[in-house]
Amino acid sequence: MKILRIGTGAGFSGDRIGPAVDLARSGKLDYLVFECLAERTIALAQLDRLGDPAAGYDRRLEQRMRAVLPDCHRAGTRIITNMGAANPLEAARRTAEIAAELGLTLRVAAVLGDDVLDRIGPCVLEETGRPASDLGDRLVSANAYLGAEGIVEALARDADIVICGRVADPSLFVAPMIHAFGWPSIDDHRLIGQATVIGHLMECGAQVTGGYFADPGVKDVPDLATVGFPIAEVSQDGTAVITKLPGTGGLVSRATCIEQLLYELHDPARYFQPDVVADFSGVDFSEIGPNRVAVSGGAGAPATGRLKVSVGARDGWIGQGEISYAGPGAVARARLAGEITTERLAPFANLIEDMRVDIIGLNAILPADPSAPEPREVRLRVAARCTEIEAARAVSDEVEGLYLNGPAGGGGVATMVREVIGIRSTYLPKADVETHVHMFGEPA
Amino acid sequence: MKLHEIAHGRAGDKGTTSNISIIAYRPDDWPRIEAEVTAERIAAIFGPDVQVARYVLPQLFALNFVVKNALKGGVTRSVALDAHGKGLVYAVLDMRL
Repeated sequence: MKILRIGTGAGFSGDRIGPAVDLARSGKLDYLVFECLAERTIALAQLDRLGDPAAGYDRRLEQRMRAVLPDCHRAGTRIITNMGAANPLEAARRTAEIAAELGLTLRVAAVLGDDVLDRIGPCVLEETGRPASDLGDRLVSANAYLGAEGIVEALARDADIVICGRVADPSLFVAPMIHAFGWPSIDDHRLIGQATVIGHLMECGAQVTGGYFADPGVKDVPDLATVGFPIAEVSQDGTAVITKLPGTGGLVSRATCIEQLLYELHDPARYFQPDVVADFSGVDFSEIGPNRVAVSGGAGAPATGRLKVSVGARDGWIGQGEISYAGPGAVARARLAGEITTERLAPFANLIEDMRVDIIGLNAILPADPSAPEPREVRLRVAARCTEIEAARAVSDEVEGLYLNGPAGGGGVATMVREVIGIRSTYLPKADVETHVHMFGEPA
Repeated sequence: MKLHEIAHGRAGDKGTTSNISIIAYRPDDWPRIEAEVTAERIAAIFGPDVQVARYVLPQLFALNFVVKNALKGGVTRSVALDAHGKGLVYAVLDMRL
């Protein structure tokens, strides 16, 4: 019986490239999937594209493709990725050029149709209860989460590389299973639900192989420095084994799989996806060998027939600044610095929508614990979201000004001002979103 | 005893909602975790603005908490240092049993 081997080459746009090269070289993979798109990434990519019509795809596309294409070509491994971001057509064209430069004959497909900016105006945003058109010229992007079908079509047309924009992350993995096994696609909800479980386990790369897991003394991970990326060995009936390359660091265990299964999940019985409403509530894992975990029990119900859409809009500016205080009275000096900075920012109060004054080391991430001993070093952090850039600049300037005008002993100032692209959500009927595939390198 | 000694977990984000999993290391500790780590206790950690739903996965000895409004602004608009709320699971693991 055919075992399909799918590897993850990236779990986010900033992911490490070396482990993907290891998989391309030694993984004997049928597919290597690069998941590089987060909610905010695509809106930032849309801004890039506004500045340059040939831009808007993942900035490390070229680096990644050059690193893995020769080995993938040798091994017959096909690549699926959402590195197209806001410009899958240009990303596919560039990838075809890179393949040609490397002397490889490869067919590259772009999956199009997720960009729905032209028809999003009347849709009501979940967060505001108002139509998207209310955002006026602040609106920069609207991308629907496509399902597996565009990728399945590209694979059926013999694409070696499939480049998408916004596709639901698990669908990047569900598609090759549908294609390879000839499943009746969306009609078998149990199989597609189980495939979605596998995709969800795989989509964050090393998060299932011991990355983002180590907690020395309670959760130890061997050789984390050389953590390998995951491989799923999938059978026709949808059962799968999650594993990694021999000789790589990390750990695949029941515990690493359970943490990743529940990651970013709400109701486990109803995980809404474009392909299916997946049911993770009956999933179970068993360790069948060293770094080999079998997964079964995924199920599903028909998809809702509407697609989630991420809407990006310009939403002001965040200005921030940090400064450190150390030694006796460090916390008191940091507190005083925060108070006087707040006082100095009073003239900008009507331009500041939200502001936080935290002491890193005391209360910046978790609520403060009054019973805990005072730290020996702390870092004041002031951050504000402002409607105008001059207010955001004032925030970082006033923190820098603490050097000569604040409490004693402040050091190590760092400041930053950045534009905010806020992401909001709405839905479109699936029938209003047309997916199509454009091939490069297809014989005429 | 702190929950950290007998359980692990991971926090994820969607918009302004955080989800936090709590998983027993050993099946023997599961009944105690299921009984003591309640939605009410999670809500008490994060303050009055949040709403907490708890889902139980007994075959995994795991709980999944969905904490609405835990992430002010969401990752794209938040002014928090840890805008994703990645560290929030450790606020729960710090709980005394």
